[in-house]
Amino acid sequence: MKTENQKAWFLVLPVLILVAFSAVIPLMTVVNYSVQDTFGNNQFFWAGLAWFDDMLHSERMWNALGRQIVFSSIILAIEVPLGVLVARNMPKKGVWASVCLVLMALPLLIPWNVVGTIWQIFGRVDIGLLGYTLDALGVDYNYTQGFYAAWATVIVMDVWHWTSLVALLAYAGLQSIPDAYYQAAKIDQASRWSVFRYIELPKMRGVLTIAILLRFMDSFKIYTEPFVLTGGGPGNATTFLSIDLVKMALGQFDLGPAAAFSLMYFLVIMVISYVFYIVMTNLDKEEGGE
Amino acid sequence: MAKITLDTLAHSYLDAPQSPEDFALKELNHDWTDGEAYALLGPSGCGKSTLLNIISGLLIPSHGRVLFDGRDVTHLPTAERNIAQVFQFPVVYDTMTVRQNLAFPLKNRGLPADEIRDRVARVGRMIDMEDALDRRASGLTADAKQKISLGRGMVRDDVNALLFDEPLTVIDPHMKWELRTQLKTLHREFGHTMIYVTHDQTEALTFADKVVVMYDGRVVQIGTPDELFERPGHTFVGYFIGSPGMNLFDAEIEGTAARIAGTRVELGARYPTSGGTLKIGVRPEYIRMGETGIPARVTRVEDVGRHKIVRLDVDGHPVAAIAGEGQGVPDGATHVQFAEGGVNVYENDWRVTPEGGDRPGGRIREDAA
Repeated sequence: MKTENQKAWFLVLPVLILVAFSAVIPLMTVVNYSVQDTFGNNQFFWAGLAWFDDMLHSERMWNALGRQIVFSSIILAIEVPLGVLVARNMPKKGVWASVCLVLMALPLLIPWNVVGTIWQIFGRVDIGLLGYTLDALGVDYNYTQGFYAAWATVIVMDVWHWTSLVALLAYAGLQSIPDAYYQAAKIDQASRWSVFRYIELPKMRGVLTIAILLRFMDSFKIYTEPFVLTGGGPGNATTFLSIDLVKMALGQFDLGPAAAFSLMYFLVIMVISYVFYIVMTNLDKEEGGE
Repeated sequence: MAKITLDTLAHSYLDAPQSPEDFALKELNHDWTDGEAYALLGPSGCGKSTLLNIISGLLIPSHGRVLFDGRDVTHLPTAERNIAQVFQFPVVYDTMTVRQNLAFPLKNRGLPADEIRDRVARVGRMIDMEDALDRRASGLTADAKQKISLGRGMVRDDVNALLFDEPLTVIDPHMKWELRTQLKTLHREFGHTMIYVTHDQTEALTFADKVVVMYDGRVVQIGTPDELFERPGHTFVGYFIGSPGMNLFDAEIEGTAARIAGTRVELGARYPTSGGTLKIGVRPEYIRMGETGIPARVTRVEDVGRHKIVRLDVDGHPVAAIAGEGQGVPDGATHVQFAEGGVNVYENDWRVTPEGGDRPGGRIREDAA
């Protein structure tokens, strides 16, 4: 005889609790803040969509978003081609392949705030190797004061930290191409560029889609490294969305606007990633299909 | 098209090869006649792919020379040798259409557009893919992709040779026959020099005019399928070709007769030997069971449809015989005999030619059956 009871629910309960506490409750708290106003003392007043309206008309947020888009575009434009270039020049087998893989993986293992600190010291004009050298060469470089110096440092830092990820993914894609393809290309007298364009690029497309998606999402959320390096400055020059958000939420304690900001931020990342993914997979189908 | 000459060719993957064992390909001299279809047959690791890659220029041999029509091409890169190669794994450019795939080698060589169009149309007809020319290559089946790789080679009029490196490995069995037949037709019509690497004897024997059998880095015999069957030049050829392979008996030679397991067997000719290990090779097709001859005991009979394979025990050694359809094992078969002309003598594994030469007109299979 089959007995029926509700004991199975206990098996999913831990997951439910975990997800509730790690994602649902925090997110709903943010939603809760975004539609209310508070003056402390745990007193809340209904604010409706006022904060969202405020944020949509906030020059500050649009500026941060603009900086964020420029930043993500620049680092993608550098890291993706550079990563592919590095991957193509890595040895395919032997001891050196392993050595290269370990070296490439190293930057990925360093914590974000350590990366920030490394570059903060590296770029200092008084004691940092990079800053001192540039200064000695007569380059006007000071990331704490110069707009371009700060941007250049933040971008170089991100490239240094994350190009490896693209390179490793691209390398995996390249490794999966059978030798026969290269041999056939030789026989067909294909140029180096044709080999890249018609063999390597199509075979790497899947991993490159993932690499671009990961790098986009991650760079769009960047916080720790520029925060440690420049603190968002000089002025607001490197105040990206996350830095701005933290300033608003924790610096000024404007919880309502910050919550509305967060939700819109979240939506923007999700929508862009989704659209990107759909476009790339459709392209795949078009190219791969009949 | 060209005659391909291999001059004292050898290859070792080691930097400083010492003994013959260090060579993946042992010294070889051979002319590949212009316009013939060859099969390179041998087990995995016998050096056949090494040889093919040396001819195509993907590998530079460590010793000797490769000549195309007398011109030394040993150190020329693949592209300059003007050969075509079809690989085990079908290679097509996924993002291109079939038409673009076929045009690719011509475009890279800078041919005018209208000539490319004509040649692609012609090759499309040759490989029977006219209707698929505007489809993307990536969505096609493995055999269609192999045809495209072949077409990319044939699209060049002046191609010196078409090389095939086990091209049917990933093809469905029912398509194998069709593709192989198509290859043969193309060869007959256009007369390209073709070299076809395979470890499948059926493929080799049905495709080629001449089969080159390789074993352990060495070419052991080059011959027509018939020669390989009737007169295997090496015990390995006897064993590797045929199903089941040739039976080998330890023997002593006395004049025109051999002594096997204590029984005298008349050979019909003298064999000049020089004191090496002697063996008599007889294909299962030429073993007759009866009441006289060499004592034998039937251990098992396998029915494989077309015929029966009879497993026997002769003096402790396993021997196979083939009994044709409807031609069961005779009752009381206690002895085996060899059909006339079906006997080969080997000394140290290499075949010994009888005095006065081989019997003319090979096809003893028919009069034996």
